Amino acid sequence: MISRRDFLQASMATTAIYGASGFGKWSRLAAQQSLTQDKLLEFDTFGNVSLIHITDIHGQLKPIYFREPEVNLGVGGAKGNVPHITGADFRRLYGIDDGSASAYALSYDDFGALAKSYGRMGGLDRISTVINAIRADRPDALLLDGGDTWHGSYTCFQTEGQDMVNAMNSLRPDAMTFHWEFTLGTEKMQEHIASLPFAALGANIYDSEWDEPSDLVEPYKFFERGGVKIAVIGQAFPYMPIANPRWKFPEFSFGIREQRMAEMVDEVRAKGAELVVLLSHNGFDVDKKMAGNIKGIDVILSGHTHDALPEPVLVGETIIVASGSNGKFISRVDLDVREGRMMGFRHKLIPIFSDVIEADKAVTAVVDEQRAPYLDQMSEVIGQTDSLLYRRGNFNGTWDDLILDALIEEREADIALSPGVRWGPSLLPGSDITREDIFGVTSMTYGEAYRTEMTGEFLNIVLEDVGDNLFNPDPYLQQGGDMVRVGGMSFSFDISKKQGSRVSNMTFLKTGEAIDPAKTYVVAGWASVNEGTQGPQIWDVVESYIKRKGTVVVEPRQSVEILGT
Amino acid sequence: MNLSRRQTLALGGAAVTVTLLPISFAQAATDDAAAIIAEFTGGAAVGEGDIELTAPEIAENGNTVPMKMAAPGAASIMLVATGNPTPRVMVAHFGASAESRLSTRIRLAGTQDVIAVAKLADGSFIQSSKSVKVTIGGCGG
Repeated sequence: MISRRDFLQASMATTAIYGASGFGKWSRLAAQQSLTQDKLLEFDTFGNVSLIHITDIHGQLKPIYFREPEVNLGVGGAKGNVPHITGADFRRLYGIDDGSASAYALSYDDFGALAKSYGRMGGLDRISTVINAIRADRPDALLLDGGDTWHGSYTCFQTEGQDMVNAMNSLRPDAMTFHWEFTLGTEKMQEHIASLPFAALGANIYDSEWDEPSDLVEPYKFFERGGVKIAVIGQAFPYMPIANPRWKFPEFSFGIREQRMAEMVDEVRAKGAELVVLLSHNGFDVDKKMAGNIKGIDVILSGHTHDALPEPVLVGETIIVASGSNGKFISRVDLDVREGRMMGFRHKLIPIFSDVIEADKAVTAVVDEQRAPYLDQMSEVIGQTDSLLYRRGNFNGTWDDLILDALIEEREADIALSPGVRWGPSLLPGSDITREDIFGVTSMTYGEAYRTEMTGEFLNIVLEDVGDNLFNPDPYLQQGGDMVRVGGMSFSFDISKKQGSRVSNMTFLKTGEAIDPAKTYVVAGWASVNEGTQGPQIWDVVESYIKRKGTVVVEPRQSVEILGT
Repeated sequence: MNLSRRQTLALGGAAVTVTLLPISFAQAATDDAAAIIAEFTGGAAVGEGDIELTAPEIAENGNTVPMKMAAPGAASIMLVATGNPTPRVMVAHFGASAESRLSTRIRLAGTQDVIAVAKLADGSFIQSSKSVKVTIGGCGG
């Protein structure tokens, strides 16, 4: 069997692109217990262009814990390939030692114990230090934000994204694309975008009425760096009006629009681009397919699916870089661009270990200024957890199990549904749960917790529908989230089957009986994409539940049997 | 001159003669896609060729899904939604000076294939199809 490393080298030998990744270095450093800022940032400046990629921060201004997924299954061509490799398999693939800092940052096992050794990750002030260090090497490095930035925290909710706009501006990005930002609503988006001192990009952001490119953003922007003419093309999340409530931004249409992207690549090449960078919120598997179908993109900076990959993935002559989420990592990509083409690259996924990397005090001040008006409210302790609370995983996570329990008890429901989003920091066993922690996993502009009735048949349709958004073998039909989380009911799910036959054995846990297609069940849930959804905000439901329990215990559950892997 | 697509569309509209034929509900409801296409082609074979059907991979709103059809030199283009209760959506006839391209929006009852069939000036037929998914939505990461 050809290993991934052999494959990477083999493909590079055939394409005249050569590359290197700085990943191995911090992996070894960690094993030697000699993690220092200088060593984390060590990088032999290469070529003539540097790109800095950060994506999917989800409003996390301060350092957090974030456990990577245990279950992240790929189907079709993605089966068994990164990013669908987790835990020990992932560590083996990249030569990561168990218990090392890399193991903690990039995989899931022993998370609670390792978190105590290696501490929180991220924080915009630490990220700023790393960006400043890269700019010291290469003053004209491009800083590109892949979006999902103005969403996901208490302050972000209260200020409608203004906290993140202010804090990110202090890092001086050069361009950005979007996803959850649009859930702030059209008017707020227009206001924020008009205020940005950098480019707002999205070649696939269209005017929904005329089905033509929207004038809210630009499709691409040219930069001249290191004597190289660089085109950065933006691609927003394609399925926003489906995955998120389109009534909040009815003026806009999105979609993959592959033909449009091919036209944009041709257009920027015709205008003299020597390097074409796609700043993408497609999700990793969609980016892989797009890189295969459209020639002429040199680098895809991939966001949305929250994958952190220690090395770029090569598709033809395109390198795809995935930089994780929640501020845990940034990627530095140095490129050698000569004679109008990319001749080589050097890459490093830089982990933001917050206890190792010093804070940039100027940015700490900006961050604290955003938080100050809300500090009392959000730092209030609501309860404690005896369990590790995390979200990532295709089918469940303990944070979601807690939310489902809260929905069933507080809303007196038979069955609960919770959206399979991939954002939300983790909490270690023995921690206080603050209001800020609850907002970290629930904050959104459509958080109303509904209570309704559904037949068993309709529940099955919902599970099959969401399941196909995740496990359709065609990446262009995937929306990039995880499976809807279900409380009060167990089921089997066969990822190898087609829509309509993946879900079986639906069992009502209250009685142990099979779910009756004709029977009506009381269902509580939140984050409905339908306009006019009524109910209390989900964070209030969860707060009231935790307050009542005092200390919560949520051990990982086996209520979903996964088949066909 | 720098024309936006909106302006181009408006200009193009003046030169193009497009007729949308209303379809009789009672008749079409029982038709299936193959029979409808056979009726349009008079049973002639339908080949591949220079016909483009642009539709989203997943509909943002199944009630109004944008469709674009283009077949240079076509005299008429038919659009069929194979999974709709009334599969025959429309037939457009183009005048001699027209570009034989058209944008519209249609309603889709569920995930299905849509097919565009063009009748060329020489009386031959070509087609292109595209699968469009209609989903409940929600839960995007």
